[in-house]
Amino acid sequence: MHVPDGFLDAPTSVATGVVALAGVGICLRKARAELDERTVPLAGLVAAFVFATQMFNFPVGAGTSGHLLGGALAAMLVGPWLGALCVSVVLLVQAVLFADGGLTALGTNIVLMAFVTTAVAWGIISLSARVLPRTAASAVGTAFVAAVVSVPVSALAFTGLYSIGGTTDVPLGALAGAMVGVHLLIGLGEAAITALAVSSVLAVRPDLVAGARHLLPQDGDLAMSPRSVS
Amino acid sequence: MTRLSVRTLVVTGVIVAVVVAAFASLYASGDPDGLNRVAAEEGLADQEQAHDLEDGPFAGYEASGIDESLSGGVAGVAGIAATFLLAGGLLLVVRRRGSDRDADGPGAASSGP
Repeated sequence: MHVPDGFLDAPTSVATGVVALAGVGICLRKARAELDERTVPLAGLVAAFVFATQMFNFPVGAGTSGHLLGGALAAMLVGPWLGALCVSVVLLVQAVLFADGGLTALGTNIVLMAFVTTAVAWGIISLSARVLPRTAASAVGTAFVAAVVSVPVSALAFTGLYSIGGTTDVPLGALAGAMVGVHLLIGLGEAAITALAVSSVLAVRPDLVAGARHLLPQDGDLAMSPRSVS
Repeated sequence: MTRLSVRTLVVTGVIVAVVVAAFASLYASGDPDGLNRVAAEEGLADQEQAHDLEDGPFAGYEASGIDESLSGGVAGVAGIAATFLLAGGLLLVVRRRGSDRDADGPGAASSGP
């Protein structure tokens, strides 16, 4: 869903650029307290994995493809602040090194694909931590739902930005419908990948899944201390 | 139950990422993605501008000057390395700076319970 240069006008692109910069600053500040010997390499892995998985465009109906955005996966594994940073790094690398996503649209892409997706996903993760039974199945189901919802919401947010600063006059209802429709399908693919990845990490190191911390027995020993290293 | 070390998990994860990128470079759908498809149908695409770095060495997820069958995989490995090092390196710097600042209060940088 990388927005190229030219879709949004200059004022809107500048505004999203400012929001992206401010947001990354906030994420760095919030994430700093979570950084330790485990979360730093784990965040590197999340960024690398999201990058690699984004290369895999899967078909979603005739003549259309989609790929993972990764916000839900990142939020589930390393929490919303680090998660948004990981996806932002991916988008920066893609724009600069791979010419994917416009340079003037980098702020837009960070807002849509890093901030909106992780925020939506973390909202769902936090809510389900409160209401669902504390099982690994709940965590995997939560990851699935967070992914499937985050993608069309991000697509809707693009439509919102386009309504403010779009460079063509298009009927917004039709644009919103088309964007949400196709991204709901892409979200299902994203959800399958996210659930698979989250269940894999849950199977070997449940203590490293930020969105499943509430599942852990509160016995202290290795689970909850961010300082413990292994 | 033996716990996988963080190092083993991260190394395994990066290997999985390389496999995913290699697989994607060969089998990913070449069709336009959701946004590009909608943009073409709804008329947004007319305003699209060429990317300023479209002649870069890895532009379009192809490594220029490398055999076609390997080019996408090489670009993928480059991207995996770049994202891992940039994310990890940035956070390492932030962590070090944070712990310097909080050095007078032991554990002040920790948010742990």
